[in-house]
Amino acid sequence: MTVRDIIDYLDAELLFGDDELLDQEVQHACGSDMMSDVLAFVKDQAVLLTGLINTQAVRTAEMMDMKCIVLVRGKDPLENVIELARERDICVLKTEHTMFCACGILYKHGLRGGHSV
Amino acid sequence: MTLHYIVPGDDFTRAGEASGDLKRKMKKLGFPSDVIRKVSIALYEGEINMVIHAYGGEITAEISSSEIDLTLADTGPGIPDIEKAMQDGYSTATEQVRNLGFGAGMGLPNMKKYTDEFQIESEVGVGTTVRMKVYNHS
Ligand SMILES: Nc1ncnc2c1ncn2[C@@H]1O[C@H](COP(=O)(O)OP(=O)(O)OP(=O)(O)O)[C@@H](O)[C@H]1O
Ligand SMILES: [Mg+2]
Repeated sequence: MTVRDIIDYLDAELLFGDDELLDQEVQHACGSDMMSDVLAFVKDQAVLLTGLINTQAVRTAEMMDMKCIVLVRGKDPLENVIELARERDICVLKTEHTMFCACGILYKHGLRGGHSV
Repeated sequence: MTLHYIVPGDDFTRAGEASGDLKRKMKKLGFPSDVIRKVSIALYEGEINMVIHAYGGEITAEISSSEIDLTLADTGPGIPDIEKAMQDGYSTATEQVRNLGFGAGMGLPNMKKYTDEFQIESEVGVGTTVRMKVYNHS
């Protein structure tokens, strides 16, 4: 699926992402509020679902070469988050779904988990 | 090439700037993406630790075509039991730090996992120094 599809499946609001970024293909995702849990699984995960709304969500995505962050439970990001995401070319979406439901919906549509090294 | 970074201890939002900068420089130098990723993650975990557990610190990164050497030194409180600190899931992070997205107790294990050489020295009341190497396979 593409980032654009994720917006559709999760009724998400687009907070940052241009046409080129939205057309990127994504196959693997990871969901956690603890960034070191995310950093423990490094195999080409492209999407980070999280309730964490500070800049470290973007930095974690950056280190992992992830393409898209989905903020769950309708939380708005703190200041500087969108700015940093723009500098790093990482899409940011926001959905009203909880972590559990957002992960479930994307899994149902074919998105899979990553693998540990 | 040798790079130096000062990691400010009082600004959590800036933690990760050094790792991001090194990552972009390695990309420009043409290192393989998996090598870059290992270096970025290991350094990022270390950078975060220096901010949440110490009072910031200093990073030295030596880049050559064969390997990347990272040294992270802080003058924080030190680690009383390194063996314990290296265990998956062990953390002394406060609730406040956990709310910032850290404190899973996976940082040091991740650093060890992603690097080819990993050494940590620490003295209570003096500080902690982490040395890591990632080999470039290309
Ligand atoms: N630079 C440091 N100075 C002092 N104590 C440290 C330092 N780095 C790590 N520690 C200690 O070692 C413990 C384990 O570190 P580790 O990075 O594995 O987990 P964490 O930082 O608590 O959580 P996580 O990295 O998963 O967000 C920390 O909770 C802390 O007590
Ligand atoms: Mg840590």
